[in-house]
Amino acid sequence: MVSKGILGLGGAAFGLILTAGAALAEPARSGGTLTAIVQPEPVILTAALNTAAPTGVVSGTIFDGLVDYDRDLKPIPALATSWETAPDGLSLTFHLRPNVKWHDGQPFTAADVKWTLENVWTKIHPRNQVTFGKVTGVETPDPLTVILRLGQPSPAILSSLNSNGAQILPKHLYEGTDPLSNPYNNKPVGTGPFKFKEWSRGNHIVLERNPDYWDAGKPYLDRVVFRVLPDAAARAAALEKGEAQYAPLSPVPLKDAARLGGLPNLRVETTGYEWLSPWLFADFNVERGPLKDVRVRRALAQAIDRAALARVVWFNFGVPATSPVPSTLTDFHAKDTPAYPFDTKRAEALLDEAGWARGANGTRFSLEIDYIPYGDDFKRTAEFLKASLRRVGVEANIRSQDTPSYTRRIYGDRDFDIAITWFAAFSDPQVGVTRAYWSASVGKNIPWTNGSGYRNPEVDGLIAAVQGEADPAKRRALFRRFQEIVLTDLPTLPLLELKFFTVEAVGLRHGARGDQVYGSFRDFRFDGPAPGQSRASAN
Amino acid sequence: MRMPAGGSAAIRRLAQMVSVVVGIAVVNFFLLHLAPGDAAQVLAGEAGSATPEYIAALRAQFGLDQPLGVQFAKYLAKVLTLDLGFSVRQGLPVAQLILDRLGPTLLLMGASLGFAVLAGGALGFVAARHAGRPLDTAISALALLFYATPVFWIGVMLIVVFSVWLDWLPVGGMAEIGTGRTGLAHLGDVLRHLVLPALTLALYYLAIYTRLTRAAMLEAYGQDYVRTAVAKGVRPRRIAYRHVLRNALLPVVTQLGLQLGAILGGAVLVETVFAWPGLGRLAFEALFQRDLNLLLGILLCSSVVVVLANLAVDLLYAVLDPRTARA
Repeated sequence: MVSKGILGLGGAAFGLILTAGAALAEPARSGGTLTAIVQPEPVILTAALNTAAPTGVVSGTIFDGLVDYDRDLKPIPALATSWETAPDGLSLTFHLRPNVKWHDGQPFTAADVKWTLENVWTKIHPRNQVTFGKVTGVETPDPLTVILRLGQPSPAILSSLNSNGAQILPKHLYEGTDPLSNPYNNKPVGTGPFKFKEWSRGNHIVLERNPDYWDAGKPYLDRVVFRVLPDAAARAAALEKGEAQYAPLSPVPLKDAARLGGLPNLRVETTGYEWLSPWLFADFNVERGPLKDVRVRRALAQAIDRAALARVVWFNFGVPATSPVPSTLTDFHAKDTPAYPFDTKRAEALLDEAGWARGANGTRFSLEIDYIPYGDDFKRTAEFLKASLRRVGVEANIRSQDTPSYTRRIYGDRDFDIAITWFAAFSDPQVGVTRAYWSASVGKNIPWTNGSGYRNPEVDGLIAAVQGEADPAKRRALFRRFQEIVLTDLPTLPLLELKFFTVEAVGLRHGARGDQVYGSFRDFRFDGPAPGQSRASAN
Repeated sequence: MRMPAGGSAAIRRLAQMVSVVVGIAVVNFFLLHLAPGDAAQVLAGEAGSATPEYIAALRAQFGLDQPLGVQFAKYLAKVLTLDLGFSVRQGLPVAQLILDRLGPTLLLMGASLGFAVLAGGALGFVAARHAGRPLDTAISALALLFYATPVFWIGVMLIVVFSVWLDWLPVGGMAEIGTGRTGLAHLGDVLRHLVLPALTLALYYLAIYTRLTRAAMLEAYGQDYVRTAVAKGVRPRRIAYRHVLRNALLPVVTQLGLQLGAILGGAVLVETVFAWPGLGRLAFEALFQRDLNLLLGILLCSSVVVVLANLAVDLLYAVLDPRTARA
């Protein structure tokens, strides 16, 4: 049990909570096949090169990160056994786990970390170019030590080091190639608990147990099969029938989730998404029409009953948001920021004051709402907004389109009034929140950046300052000021903190880390007979 | 090719076919480039975050940074050398992606169309022979019901009844994964997975063929040669088979030709509901992902199949009705 280390303790602690303690006495049951659902089908299987959710789900158990995150989003050891930041914040040292092997038998060393950082994270990774932007050099004094030299303190690095945030690629297979078109992107070689075996496109991805995994005795399962099931009703049927036992990332419509959770063989979990901390919001286009006026934006905010939105549209898989920094980010979320409680009278007064009196037909003005086409929930959010705005005399027209047309319209052509979308905040708002407000990305046709067109030099300055601030207290203060300003100017209206959910078999047991959705399946096991037990391999 | 000028007619026909296919390829290329957004933007969009450098790297990798004219010239050169190119998104050659999906598509479409033509033809035949009587009414009503019910709804209902409630058949996919079955056991497994999607699709087609056969036969019954045959005292059963059905097959074959032409398009809805790895889903997803190379490849193959199916129908006409060969 020594080798379980800190992670095992964390997992056991949650196991205790989840299973009321009784299960701890049982020996870990080994073997069986876990059938999971991944949807849509991943593009490639290396999260270092594609940060989309389906890739993250599959890739997360083939690769390990330097660390994992617990439910308080604190790092826990994985490939790195320990790490320390220099007192001046200008260097970060990682001590790597010895005797870790890639799936092809080559040793995992500091050279892999250095190569991936220099060639992937800071060159092509969409988020890490900023996160690791202050790294001036990487030193590897011995094969198990990595030292990052930093031009400025970069505390956000420590929040992005799991296998999704900063996935390490095997240098010996990638060096000298174009990483984006390397064939190993489709047949990945990692260090994780499961090895890639087969990918039948449109069908399934099969992973097999890694017998040489560094965490001795793990993983418990023999095999993991990811099935591609494009239809939501078929996903629900497969789960209900037990053909699949694990389906992350809200695999069925919200109204089906309650029904499935009520079945004796299934449960619905909302833990494991803390590292993502998704938030739903509406971008106001501050560059055109009535929404240029902050009074109008505040009026529209007060016309929307966010508690009702959470209840009616999102079936309580979401809570009203008061800030772009979700409350799950306890270190950074600011309370007592400017609030916009639901108050239609106040909204109407503000609109009158802004010079938009009701016309002869009761309408003040009309505008266009576009929503991210990721399913009915977002469409119904748009319909909810339309109905809310009509009550205060604002007519809205809802437009539908596919994703590339949507991102082009919002982030390129900027031909919209209100855009509904969601971002992952991640565990440091520098990674997932500030991008919605940074002026440099306006109109550059870069998806999921600043959609409102908001330009505020003070906010830009704060965004730059948090990236280089080492003192946690000062950083918190900077983020607090940031939240106060953007909630005063209100270019973006935070609507809900979303709760993604996993549907899983009641017999499936695993610790719930804060990044479990993109984490490894090393702790997964079945109570009682496991599916596919008869084919269990000897090792 | 018993025609006098057979050789030159065949060459003319071939040239016609090639120019149609190339014409379609050219139109497709420009039509698809009218869609807003490109594959790089879609990938960046799905990634949930992006930087200008990331998108630029993707565009360069995909060749999307070149002028449209250059992209078109490259594409045309590839089409003319029968090279379908590379799917930038999937990282695999388009030809391989299509070939991987070809078997499942042909199996699903073949099984459902075959069943639909045979069963639909038989039902239409029976209905026509009992025209106006209760059996005809029952068959027509059933056909109308199948035709009017949305395909995806039938699919989901079949899953609920036969997979979830009765637990007789699997929910989706094409074979149980990782069982290592071979030979007959594997075939049986695939057939078990095939039943529901093929039936779902067949019920829709079946309605078409029932109505078509019935109408064509009733029309043939009104013809002079049938009256002559009746007057000669030919037995009704023989009239139905030899004189009426054979002539009624022409519109059925025409319809079958049209549907065979669309076979590569697959059946998006049924493939989606049953997670069947067919070409329809591949094309549908390629469109949303702006994977234009892949989409163009599928459309090109489809156009080739349409042209070939037309040719096959023309030849079959000549067999069924020798008069058309001389036309």
